[in-house]
Amino acid sequence: MRVGVITFPGTLDDVDAARAVTTAGAEAVPLWHGDADLRGVDAVIVPGGFSYGDYLRCGAIARFAPVMGEVVTAARGGMPVLGICNGFQILCEAGLLPGALVRNSGLHFVCRDQWLRVENTTSAWTTRYDRGAEILVPLKSGEGRYVADEATLDRLEGEGRVAFRYVGENRNGALRDIAGITDERGRVLGLMPHPEHAIDALTGPSDDGLGMFLSLLDTVVTA
Amino acid sequence: MTSTDLTGQQTAAPVDTVDHAAATPGLPQPYRELGLKDDEYQRIRAILGRRPTDAELAMYSVMWSEHCSYKSSKVHLRYFGETTTEEMRAGMLAGIGENAGVVDIGDGWAVTFKVESHNHPSYVEPYQGAATGVGGIVRDILAMGARPVAVADPLRFGPADAPDTRRVLPGVVAGVGGYGNCLGLPNIGGEVVFDETYAGNPLVNALCIGSMRVEDLHLAHASGVGNKVILFGARTGLDGIGGVSVLASDSFSGDETGSGRKKLPSVQVGDPFTEKVLIECCLELFRDRLVVGIQDLGGAGLSCATSELASAGDGGMRVELDRVPLRASGMTPAEILSSESQERMCAVVRPEDVDAFLRVCAKWDVTATVIGEVTEVSEEEAARGGRLKITWHGETVVDCPPRTVAHEGPVYQRPVERPADQDELIADTTEALARPSGPEELRETVLRMISSPNLASRAWVTDQYDRYVRGNTVLAQPADSGMIRIDETTGRGVAVATDCNGRYCRLDPYTGAQLALAEAYRNVAAGGATPAAVTNCLNFGSPEDPGVMWQFEQAVRGLADGCRELGIPVTGGNVSFYNQTGSTAILPTPVVGVLGVIDDVRRRVPTGFGTEPGETLLLLGETRDEFDGSEWARVAHGHLGGVPPRVDLGRERLLAEVVIAGSRDGMLSAAHDLSEGGLAQAVVESALAGQTGCRVVLPEGADPFVWLFSESAGRMLVAVPRSEELRFTDMCRARGLPATKVGVVDPESNAVEIQGVATFGLDELRTAWEGTLPALFG
Repeated sequence: MRVGVITFPGTLDDVDAARAVTTAGAEAVPLWHGDADLRGVDAVIVPGGFSYGDYLRCGAIARFAPVMGEVVTAARGGMPVLGICNGFQILCEAGLLPGALVRNSGLHFVCRDQWLRVENTTSAWTTRYDRGAEILVPLKSGEGRYVADEATLDRLEGEGRVAFRYVGENRNGALRDIAGITDERGRVLGLMPHPEHAIDALTGPSDDGLGMFLSLLDTVVTA
Repeated sequence: MTSTDLTGQQTAAPVDTVDHAAATPGLPQPYRELGLKDDEYQRIRAILGRRPTDAELAMYSVMWSEHCSYKSSKVHLRYFGETTTEEMRAGMLAGIGENAGVVDIGDGWAVTFKVESHNHPSYVEPYQGAATGVGGIVRDILAMGARPVAVADPLRFGPADAPDTRRVLPGVVAGVGGYGNCLGLPNIGGEVVFDETYAGNPLVNALCIGSMRVEDLHLAHASGVGNKVILFGARTGLDGIGGVSVLASDSFSGDETGSGRKKLPSVQVGDPFTEKVLIECCLELFRDRLVVGIQDLGGAGLSCATSELASAGDGGMRVELDRVPLRASGMTPAEILSSESQERMCAVVRPEDVDAFLRVCAKWDVTATVIGEVTEVSEEEAARGGRLKITWHGETVVDCPPRTVAHEGPVYQRPVERPADQDELIADTTEALARPSGPEELRETVLRMISSPNLASRAWVTDQYDRYVRGNTVLAQPADSGMIRIDETTGRGVAVATDCNGRYCRLDPYTGAQLALAEAYRNVAAGGATPAAVTNCLNFGSPEDPGVMWQFEQAVRGLADGCRELGIPVTGGNVSFYNQTGSTAILPTPVVGVLGVIDDVRRRVPTGFGTEPGETLLLLGETRDEFDGSEWARVAHGHLGGVPPRVDLGRERLLAEVVIAGSRDGMLSAAHDLSEGGLAQAVVESALAGQTGCRVVLPEGADPFVWLFSESAGRMLVAVPRSEELRFTDMCRARGLPATKVGVVDPESNAVEIQGVATFGLDELRTAWEGTLPALFG
């Protein structure tokens, strides 16, 4: 099974995402922002970082990258896509997920070990978790505050598309404590915290994040 | 010498060429405004056999500045080389003189690390000053052919509650984070220290670690006649020109109203995205073996890069300055040569590799331009220091021996004199200061100490730094040292710690520097790594003050002698002088960074209690009644006087060996260095880090105040699994290291109980320890 990991200029967590894919037992395939080619992968990860410097609104330029056209088409066809941090911002800009990520309410960049509650265990990326389970993964972002209009938030809640919620402190001020959401079909997941930094207790606060990559394996293998 | 035409476009006008300089020997030049002394200017004229051109004057003045030439410190820094033995040199692949020292860490890996100051810019413009400080040290590491893998920032500010600290600190922290986070480098350590002498003169030191395979080491050389010189990265602009602007305003016509050209601030502006791309581009160029020599552009910009590259190689270089891509119009050759625009590198490339080189740059959207080539020099020219010829639209504006620019600047033996008030300072000990007595006062002192600005949690700062990126961070703040994995297969890694107690250094700079070395050494060992190499950033006041030069000389000697005693070499360093406000110098602050090696990061020793079900607490080393210069003397009495704690490097070495052996044999479950704030501070931090309570029982007859707050060196608090206690204490006894049982960890407890003194809830301690910086800085 092959999982693509996109590198834009300014992408930072691509090595981590690739390591997580490998640790889960799949093959990580590097994808280049300038190539409109998904190289036959079964799923795509849009990793964290500061694509093109993100001097404009985060993700606003990356969504126009040649590779993103392919990602949008594939996602509409049902390919599992995971957007982490900057990747989540990019998926929102690309219209694959609703809402937007804005400046943290405290105005500072925040790097901390964050507890999340798993709210959805049916999406392509969350089947390995128990509903209501709490997992510990790093959160590290300056523009991680999830916002959307009330109607959208109600719809997300009603359709069970809120995948993860902040537990305890919600340091970026995300509306309704939302840390991650899925698309209508549960194939596309975007979240601000970094599961790829929590695959080994040696280098992360836990190995709780590995569940997302293992879930994907189950999804693709059973498909 | 540019002018503005009617459309507002600047047009090039005649520049000060070598021919023009030869024809106008008597033309007055603003060398004093550029910081050159009369005799220095005369020496330049003697070297060139004529007056320098504007461009040459710009180059010499910036390269002969204190910052670039080390003219006041050189005579003292030689002592580092003189005290480095062959044995210490054995593990070094490159040392002082290269951009950064390189250490062989085993398994075919080399690690390079260095710390540099960016103090003055950070006071003027905290965010950009700090940001470009990170950017500069990262390019230094990159220029060694290494991939930068981690950063750390030792920072010092004025009093925590001073209004100006509220301006400077948040800006510096945001700048360090904003730049480092965007580069994708984990920030794994550093320091935050407050003292009134840093008001008006904050210290922003930046450290970077890089790793590479031993065979990939790149040194800056420009050898090979016919090789091309390629400038790549950001365009060159008017930022960071600093002093050289006097040449521009002298020679610039048409701006009497000040509207002719925008004056940019002397502090450079950073663009971390460009640097991130530049890093990946360089690493691909290295991988494809397309680089013969490489140099980063930092202080002194192209002046430094061209003169250093040329003199490191065969000595000859020709540069066409008009090929340099600019981002401002009407820049003069002098400005282009001295611009400190960030995110630029200069490489020497074989002619047959130029196309491939430019292709890699194009892939990363990095601007790259061939600006010159390596040229042949005659024997006579070589003897004079090579030949660097720089042209501007076909006319020669620089024609000089590059070695005289880069390496043969003035060297001063500044007057050195022990300050007159030193004896008085030493005589003013803490002996007479009132000490807390009784449980109630001791309890209050514990809380007051852990919440004081220098001892309180640094999370407000470090939570703004990404410590996780790249997925190899094993230890980071608040651990004693930062530790990263270098080899994912074998688990080999490195640890780094930086330390300096400027108060100790003020009382005795020789001992203070050794205490800084001892603490960094101990911090690295506490994590389980073996100390291997030293870097330093020597922050001092004005070298023109004989008292400051005495502090400097003493600190250098103390550090060098200490390194020889510990058997670890100094692999690089940086000097920052003129850190003073008016006539008041900062505390002498020789920041010492120690790099350690660990064969497998999985055996690292954490700081927090509670990783094993039952643990015994042991205090390793000896506790003496030592409070002069201590944090307690500052917090309780605002006092600084006396003599710093005794230093015993033999003991430090033994302590490190025992702790490393304990880590290797699985006998330790936690370790925490004892330094500022003493045992009380270490117990509180380890209990909070592990979110586990403990019971502290001091030895029979011990003075609880001395045991809790003394800052005696050579000590560590360790937690030993009960099953290993006997084995570990037997080892300590056999090796002659005092180990005193001071309590037990209690996994069931949510409190730190200091028997006979007080009991503190973990929540109470956490509130006191964590509340201070957020309350001050928001």
